[in-house]
Amino acid sequence: MTGSGTLAWFERHELRLAWSDTLSMMTAGRRDRERKVAAGFIAFAGLMHLVAFWTLRESDDVGLDPDLPTLIAVTAAALLSGSAMLSQAMESVTRIFYTRSDLELILSSPAPARRLFAVRIAAMALSVGLMSMVLIGPFIDILAWRGGLRWLGAYGVIAAISLTATALAVILTVTLFQAIGPKRTRLAAQITAAAIGGMFVIGLQMAAIFSTGTTSRLAFLESDYVVAHAPGIHSLFWWPARAALGDWLSMVAVATASLAFFIVVTARFAPRFADFALAASSVPQTSIGNRGAHRLFRVETASSALRRKERLLLMRDPWLISQSLMQVLYLLPPALLLWRSFTAGGVAVILVPVFVMAAGQLAGGLAWLTISGEDAPDLVATAPIPPTRILRAKIEAVLECVGVVFLPFIAGLALLSPNQALTAAFGIAAASASAAAIQLWFRSQAKRNQFRRRHTSSRIATFSEAFSSITWAATSTLAAAGSRMAVIMALFAIGILACARFLSPERGRRKSSPKNIARTAARA
Amino acid sequence: MLLGPNGAGKTTTLRMISGLLRPDEGAISVFGIDALADPVAAKRIMGWLSDEPMIYDKLTPIEYLEFIAGLWGVEPAMADARARDLIEWLGLGNHRHERCEQFSRGMRQKVALAGALVHEPKLIILDEPLTGLDAVSARLVKTVLAERVRSGSTVIMTTHILEIAERMADRIGVISNGRLVAEGTLSELRDSVGTGGSSLEDMFIAIVERDSAAA
Repeated sequence: MTGSGTLAWFERHELRLAWSDTLSMMTAGRRDRERKVAAGFIAFAGLMHLVAFWTLRESDDVGLDPDLPTLIAVTAAALLSGSAMLSQAMESVTRIFYTRSDLELILSSPAPARRLFAVRIAAMALSVGLMSMVLIGPFIDILAWRGGLRWLGAYGVIAAISLTATALAVILTVTLFQAIGPKRTRLAAQITAAAIGGMFVIGLQMAAIFSTGTTSRLAFLESDYVVAHAPGIHSLFWWPARAALGDWLSMVAVATASLAFFIVVTARFAPRFADFALAASSVPQTSIGNRGAHRLFRVETASSALRRKERLLLMRDPWLISQSLMQVLYLLPPALLLWRSFTAGGVAVILVPVFVMAAGQLAGGLAWLTISGEDAPDLVATAPIPPTRILRAKIEAVLECVGVVFLPFIAGLALLSPNQALTAAFGIAAASASAAAIQLWFRSQAKRNQFRRRHTSSRIATFSEAFSSITWAATSTLAAAGSRMAVIMALFAIGILACARFLSPERGRRKSSPKNIARTAARA
Repeated sequence: MLLGPNGAGKTTTLRMISGLLRPDEGAISVFGIDALADPVAAKRIMGWLSDEPMIYDKLTPIEYLEFIAGLWGVEPAMADARARDLIEWLGLGNHRHERCEQFSRGMRQKVALAGALVHEPKLIILDEPLTGLDAVSARLVKTVLAERVRSGSTVIMTTHILEIAERMADRIGVISNGRLVAEGTLSELRDSVGTGGSSLEDMFIAIVERDSAAA
């Protein structure tokens, strides 16, 4: 038994919270799902190992003395996962500052808050590290199986990167907090986190477009230009890569350096987290100023009132803005490719699926927010409007937003190739409408701030939405390339929608509606 | 005024009248409109306020009221004037252009109440409207409701504060185990219970205990 208020006591408390939180996220709060989730997790691990085996089946074993291109590729992979971890950790730090939950209880207790925050920072590092290990681990396992246990050192590198990324996230967020104050940091940090998450991938793609004219990151990394300008093969810069490739000396050096960095940052900043959290909770009330003071109410129908409300809420949602920014950031490389295609005179079929996929994902998120994430369901339900009109207005708001984001891209593509623009527009409309329909069929009542966890409420909805976007993207690509296979792919996409509809609770709701029951009874 | 022990069915009753729940059987008539057959027509003349104020954190009180006026199709100039009056009346004038996200519970309750009144409903349904309000705000809300009743509206509300029921209610209904077990004016209830000049609290307890014993 550990004494209350000690570091170990806080660790136990945090672990218990983290475990119940993870369990509730995986099972959507239903205990009867625990076995299914465990089975799903084992199946996922098995599948990932199969994918890793298939991917690495023809790779040569790399010795302890790798060449420069190998070191470049491994370092790029490490930076890629590092940027994702940094983004995730920044979001976690922001949450610590701004989510009240148990903070008020702990800060008002005599327990030393710095210990709690030190434990929470460590928990962040553990969480981002574990997340990466789940995705990268199968590849490491296969490499270790084929090339020897030395490959397991890569797990140590992931741990080292997670410690470094978490420490950097703390420094970045605290710097933002001190520079622009608690009122603006939340939004700024979320946008920065989103930008960092995509920055490395996008940067590589953009460099690839300029150097090779494609979005292939690998082609760029293997290019003579990068090899010629990289640090020398014996540089300290490659130590993390060497550690990942099984060099134990590099491993010890990288692990020690990252752990020391993490400890110094935690010791320096954990005692101040309480002040930051208090400052964040004391942010003065947000005012939008007096610009609307004398503006009269506008002439509005119920539908336009609903659409306007949805637009305002979407525009004022920092989390959503950062996520949308992320989507737009990922559109930068294709936009650049589009611009390059003008000068090169080529036809960018590759752009169509990117637009369609992004539109499907964006529409899915927005549809969840407007349909399921209604913060005042009673108010809307007591309004004198038929429920179908309410839903229609909400879906219109989603499609309007998607239209605003993608219209400039379609216009650009139209200048390049009207046919492809038309195909892309069709794909975007189909993917967005499908994603919105799936969210409609699987709608549930939730709060907007549960947006991050929307995928846990229905796995079928999540997978249907993803597969629907993918198949519509494939349909559009085939159509843009002039292939008749597009028809088959479109039928496949419609089939996915039909399956989702069949499995949806909406179908059950309709079946058990009073009208249907009465109809069935009358038939009987 | 609807009274009843916890879990008696007060909120369920109000939610059925407001069109938020569909009864298994029976009928609901709102000013002669069959609320089950034509819910949209019934909702047009109703205003609903739940015990947990449901407002949008990212909207300002004025934007919230503009949204509600749009939903109920109130003529904009009229809605604008009413909204501004209500906001001032409820003491939210200095906060009308601030987003509701950091409002106290009492302020949120006032914004939600303004939302229930902005379309001037003939029937105002309120579930525990005074919960979380300070004495001054509670007095203000009672004044607003009394004013609405004087101007011809009907107010149905639930409360656990029997003193309020005693002071404000024209008619009192007592719900127990999902049934309306007593209904009438204060003096009618006294007569039915046979407790003479006893307080509403005594009558309420007597009615509920009688019903529990009968069940």
